[in-house]
Amino acid sequence: MKPKQQRRKPLKKFPEANTYFWQGNEACAEAALAVGCRFFAGYPITPASEIAEHLSKRLPQVGGITIQMEDELASIGAVVGASWTGNKAMTATSGPGFDLMQETIGWAFMTETPCVIVDAQRAGPSTGQATKCGQGDVMQSRWGTHGDYSAIVLSPNSVQEMFELTIRAFNLAEKYRTPVVLLADEVVAHMRERITVPSSERIEIINRKKPKSGEKAFFGLEEIPPMPSVGEGFNIAVTGSTHNEYGIRFTADPMVHRQLVERLNNKIQKHSEEIAEVETCNIDNCQIGVVSFGCTSRAIYEAAEIAESKGIRVGYVRLKTIWPFPEKAVRQLAETAEKIIVPEMNLGQIFYEVQRVANGLTEVIPLNKIGGGELITPEELFEKIQGSIKNE
Amino acid sequence: MSEFLKAVHELGLENLNNFVFCSGIGCSSWIPSPHFMADSVHTLHGRSIPVATGIKLLRPDLNVVVFGGDGDIVGIGLSHFIHAARRNMDILVIMVNNMVYGMTGGQVAPTTPFKARTTTTPYGSFEHPLDAAKLAVAAGACYVSRWTTAHANELKDSIKEALKIRGFRFVEAVSQCPTAFGRRVGLKDAGEMLKWFKENAVTVKQAENLNEEKLMGKIVVGEFVQKQRPTLAETIYKTIREAQKKVEKN
Repeated sequence: MKPKQQRRKPLKKFPEANTYFWQGNEACAEAALAVGCRFFAGYPITPASEIAEHLSKRLPQVGGITIQMEDELASIGAVVGASWTGNKAMTATSGPGFDLMQETIGWAFMTETPCVIVDAQRAGPSTGQATKCGQGDVMQSRWGTHGDYSAIVLSPNSVQEMFELTIRAFNLAEKYRTPVVLLADEVVAHMRERITVPSSERIEIINRKKPKSGEKAFFGLEEIPPMPSVGEGFNIAVTGSTHNEYGIRFTADPMVHRQLVERLNNKIQKHSEEIAEVETCNIDNCQIGVVSFGCTSRAIYEAAEIAESKGIRVGYVRLKTIWPFPEKAVRQLAETAEKIIVPEMNLGQIFYEVQRVANGLTEVIPLNKIGGGELITPEELFEKIQGSIKNE
Repeated sequence: MSEFLKAVHELGLENLNNFVFCSGIGCSSWIPSPHFMADSVHTLHGRSIPVATGIKLLRPDLNVVVFGGDGDIVGIGLSHFIHAARRNMDILVIMVNNMVYGMTGGQVAPTTPFKARTTTTPYGSFEHPLDAAKLAVAAGACYVSRWTTAHANELKDSIKEALKIRGFRFVEAVSQCPTAFGRRVGLKDAGEMLKWFKENAVTVKQAENLNEEKLMGKIVVGEFVQKQRPTLAETIYKTIREAQKKVEKN
């Protein structure tokens, strides 16, 4: 007997506060709508395409635009252009597309253009295993474009966080006038989970600071200058070349370059404690520490439970913000834990950051697994925890 | 630059408040930015058209004009050029074609004439140049013209014409670069280059009766196409209105 096909409920403009059973990419798209994103430009790529698919249906319903561009270079270009019209804009991609976007991400950083880039990581390098999960873009998300810059990168580990951190990504982008990367992975992008959507009044929305009429310094004087839109009569000069506070190119003056690049970095680094968000447990009182992020961090809860039952006290730091690196929490863990384990679905990236912050206070042990999208299981993590004690 | 401003002036516009200028990287990219009293977005090499696309889609009321060189528009940024014409992005692209990568010292470009000597083709270019105007026509542009700097008046009139219509519009201005190109092909100064342009220019009409061999080394000037079709923004906003109506009904 054929199952009776259920009629889908007609979509409302915005989902009501309720619990839903959504895919990670769907949650990301709905969060973008909720926070006021009105432009999406992208190019199909696994495992991020569902964001484009969902938004091409949903954005027109709220008066926004989704456009599929000819490649990722064009996608991020259109997003930056859209942001200069005063709208919130985003794109979504995966490793190979993220590679292509790097030059324009640098331009967005230099021109202080708020926008959100979702990178649903898959197993690289190159085409790699396109449908399988990986976490190899951690360093790329920090150092992907050339020159001195500071990145803000968030790492969700559930469908709920795909929603919450997408909203946060937009808010940070608007607040600090900078591109923000939502570093998801194939697992959190594709899995379906229960998610609680809050009522719209409970969603915090930050919008960029706008200039008053007559203001001219859109690229300096203040730490985070006000941002005008095109067509408002401000005669804005936007450029990726080194420029002074009025947007005028100075391509030879050492002081202008120093001042600009230092301010661009400082506006993020000086607020790193505020930007860095972590989930911690027992970091003041544990034997073994774990630092993890993204889908890999889902193993920590069960692994810690198993360890607890065997009499090993585990403390952990889960990075919801990867960059700027949450040094304070990790240092605290390093001061307490005898050893720190860093599980990652790559051959060691966050590991070196943890080692840098631990700075000899404690031994840092990597736990790496790549290939086939196989996750690090709670058992594997527990074995590593147990093994690190036996080694003593 | 001066022909564009003259065209704007002759159209009776007193300022550039309703304009946004996008440019890439190259000599011609510095035409609008920061010299025009207007909003100007100086983008990356080859990426001015996508940025213009983002701006125009959300602000369809503004005139978005892209200035770029041949390297910018039909070298590194070629695919954006074709796709913008295909989707009928309502922007005007003015390509200043000096047949060479001038800013970096005069390397061969996709527009360099066959056998021409440049710094990276000391034995003469092995490749045949791209005809950007014909390409724009084939991709679906609403207005396409090509003039040289030796045809200043025609160029101005052509920009004026292009500013009056909607859709993807492309004006190619073949221009001299005596420093990085002219002197290497035996044209000593700007004056000689202008003379060369004048002598080798054939109109679109004349070109119809010439075969490929006879057209080699010639510059075909004039208006290649002028037509009207719905722009991308028009189509998108119509869809948005329909989608919104539907969702409000529910």
